[in-house]
Amino acid sequence: MSTIESGSAPAQVGSKGWASPVRRVLLSEYFVLYLTIVYFLILLPFLPTLSNPQNLSNVLSNMWPLLAVAVGQTLVLTIAGIDLSQGSVIGLTSVVGAALIATAASSDVLSNSVLWGLVITEQGGLFAGKSWAVPAGIVAMLLVGALIGLINGIAVALLRMPPFMVTLVGLIAFGAFAIFLTQSENIRNLPDAYIALGKGDIVSVYLGEQSTPQIPRRQIYSFITYPMIISITLAVFAHFLLSRTMFGRHVYAVGANRRAAEISGVPAKRIIIQVFVFSAVCATIGGILFSARLEAGRPTLGEGTFLLDVIGATVIGGTSLFGGKGKIVWTFFGVLFFVLLSNTLNLMNLSSFHIDMVKGSVILAAALLDVTRRRLLAGGLA
Amino acid sequence: MSILLETRGLTKSFFGVPALRDVSLTIHEGRILGLIGENGAGKSTLMNVVDGVFPATDGSMFLRGLPYQPRSPADATGHGIAFIHQELNLFSNLTVAENIFVDAFPMRAGFIDRRSMRRETERLLASLDLEIAPDTLLDRLAPGERQLVEIAKALRSNPQLIIFDEPTSSLTARETERLFEVIRRLRDEGKTLIYISHMLSDVRALSDDIAVLRDGELVGSGPAEELDTSRMIELMIGRELAQLYPPKTAAPGRDPVLRVAAMTQPGVVQDVDLEVRAGEIVGLFGLMGAGRTELARMVFGLDEFAHGEIRIGGTLLRGQSPTDRIEHGMAFVTENRREEGLLMESTIADNIALVSLASYARTILRFVDAPKLSAVAQQMADDLQIKAHDIGGQPAKSLSGGNQQKVVIGKWLMRQPKLFVLDEPTRGVDVGAKYEIYSLMDRLAREGSGVLFISSEVEELMAMCDRILVMNRGEVSGEFGERPFKQDQLLRAAFREDLAA
Repeated sequence: MSTIESGSAPAQVGSKGWASPVRRVLLSEYFVLYLTIVYFLILLPFLPTLSNPQNLSNVLSNMWPLLAVAVGQTLVLTIAGIDLSQGSVIGLTSVVGAALIATAASSDVLSNSVLWGLVITEQGGLFAGKSWAVPAGIVAMLLVGALIGLINGIAVALLRMPPFMVTLVGLIAFGAFAIFLTQSENIRNLPDAYIALGKGDIVSVYLGEQSTPQIPRRQIYSFITYPMIISITLAVFAHFLLSRTMFGRHVYAVGANRRAAEISGVPAKRIIIQVFVFSAVCATIGGILFSARLEAGRPTLGEGTFLLDVIGATVIGGTSLFGGKGKIVWTFFGVLFFVLLSNTLNLMNLSSFHIDMVKGSVILAAALLDVTRRRLLAGGLA
Repeated sequence: MSILLETRGLTKSFFGVPALRDVSLTIHEGRILGLIGENGAGKSTLMNVVDGVFPATDGSMFLRGLPYQPRSPADATGHGIAFIHQELNLFSNLTVAENIFVDAFPMRAGFIDRRSMRRETERLLASLDLEIAPDTLLDRLAPGERQLVEIAKALRSNPQLIIFDEPTSSLTARETERLFEVIRRLRDEGKTLIYISHMLSDVRALSDDIAVLRDGELVGSGPAEELDTSRMIELMIGRELAQLYPPKTAAPGRDPVLRVAAMTQPGVVQDVDLEVRAGEIVGLFGLMGAGRTELARMVFGLDEFAHGEIRIGGTLLRGQSPTDRIEHGMAFVTENRREEGLLMESTIADNIALVSLASYARTILRFVDAPKLSAVAQQMADDLQIKAHDIGGQPAKSLSGGNQQKVVIGKWLMRQPKLFVLDEPTRGVDVGAKYEIYSLMDRLAREGSGVLFISSEVEELMAMCDRILVMNRGEVSGEFGERPFKQDQLLRAAFREDLAA
């Protein structure tokens, strides 16, 4: 960190005159948005289905749960942390919620579960049939998520354990606990009100002639949906929280230099705990959207390469893995790019192995981009 | 007296901004050249060109009369030039011998020849009178010893020219003296040395020749006898500085702002009483490790203490929380600006605003009134004459040391604190900026704040303080309440036990 002070006369940081176009694009807030648009336009001639309304509607619907989870990850990365436990939070909370609100259950499937007879029976979950079942179930899910976030936050802030370790253990342990709860089975028969959260649409489009009075269901493409509203509301809230409030300023300060922040009176420990709780709550909301769309509580919901998508989308958006730098807008673009990337790879009929290999390379490129940007900003490329 | 190295019309620009202009300097063999100048004057740039870190934009160099164009630091080493950087390039997890040979391990049959490495290390250490075993982990050495290890490493290649960049900035007075002996001995053995420093008294004590850089230009050079200290300062800052210190305009009041009683933490500080009154500047002097910084950290709620009382304006403070101390009107400028004072990557405005965010937060969600806050931060930057062109876009790290320190002070000034604790506020700051920081301290006192001024430079304490406390091994070993202070008394109190031993 000593290269700036000792030598060359203070570099002219921030002057616009000599910024080359490449530099300007790389450092732009909207770099990933440009990248997304260019990528879309380049692939369009080869994959004409890309711009089909059905496909676009599909891309959007894939985007919302990922966005909710990535919003939480953005805050954690900004305080120079990382939250791997998000994956297990999704699985565990989806199981807890489903077990409480399912309207029926089959003993063939679930009788081996430790929840059987206690929380869930053939007549459904504990809250089954009650008018307040869905809201109460969601509150329970959020509480479970928040509790995991609290454990993470306390371990990192008070016990000073490395976030990577703490949340990796969380990923494994809570994920295993979720599988144990249902003995690896899914819990189905969720109430319609809950399923609507994952699928319900408000504005849909039908493109075609109205020759018959009944429009076939599959030709209706939903654009404005409940998941969209929920995710965007969460993102807008987080955006204002991070960019306009004292809490947000404190988050950046802790991420930039925790010691200096503490000496300046920033309650760093409290901020770290709050950020981890927020991250887990975001993961829970993402989990609600996923499980509602799937119409089941599934313990393995956040497993596999899902975390790769979350962290990849956040980092490619521009949030720095080194802390102190992150924006919700960037994450929004990062998620959009990542979902489009997955979608195009699917349309190319690549296998999931190929897709993961490509995604991995893209995340590596994003990390490289992060490093390059830091060097450009430091003006150290003399 | 033959010429070892000569530069002719050396110029170096970064992004079109010249850092060196037309520097023609002659370095004589077997002498010590003191190179001085303010931060950003081009000292390090010049030495980096000599060491091959980067090439000059224009101009040429001659080593013993032959054209010299180093392509890399390794190339410069090959030409017999060694550079000891300000930040030591040592590995604390390796042994002394491994550090010395890290870039050229002696090999034997494909393995490191530990025996010859150890033998050679012993020889190098002995030449510096350094009595440590080659297998000692670097971790366990004092800063002064590490500095000597770095010198041993440089001597390994038997260089003719050795460049020191600010070598004493983390050394105690005694370690500094020892380093000087080593440097003089190297000179007497026929080596040529360049010594870069802020500390004019060090340069005076050591140098045979002196060269002064200002804004990238060589503004003066010659034998040390021909340049006295005031002339050196004049050349460095380009104007006549009547004094090193501003006149004192503040007078201490009666009411105590801070009262510390019987502060004790076993092994760190012992039974310390301390009082700072409104408008008073109290100095805290002592050697490194005397417990000054530790005491300040306890008072500010950063470190714990076994027993003792802290009162601010009569209120007894409990617990251990900087946030609470700040609310009671305390401010702490730490000795470690980079790690504890500033968010280096964040903007100047964000740094200035950090402590006072709560005063500008509205509604239950605590939205920050950003326009108002940046206006106030700009006002503070103007008031302190922080040299920046855009405080909202420029990161703190782009500023010089003195301006960075002003940002830290400005950050605290935003809350108008009752008590300022300043720990080595002028370290790594050039002469001109030092003067500004002293003036600022005087202003704080005039406006009614109490100031606790911690320093290891006895001259600045004598000039600025109303009262000086001297610490030694965690205890107050002397209190001096009357100006003018006597330097020998202060030093005697600081060295108390060490002299007796």
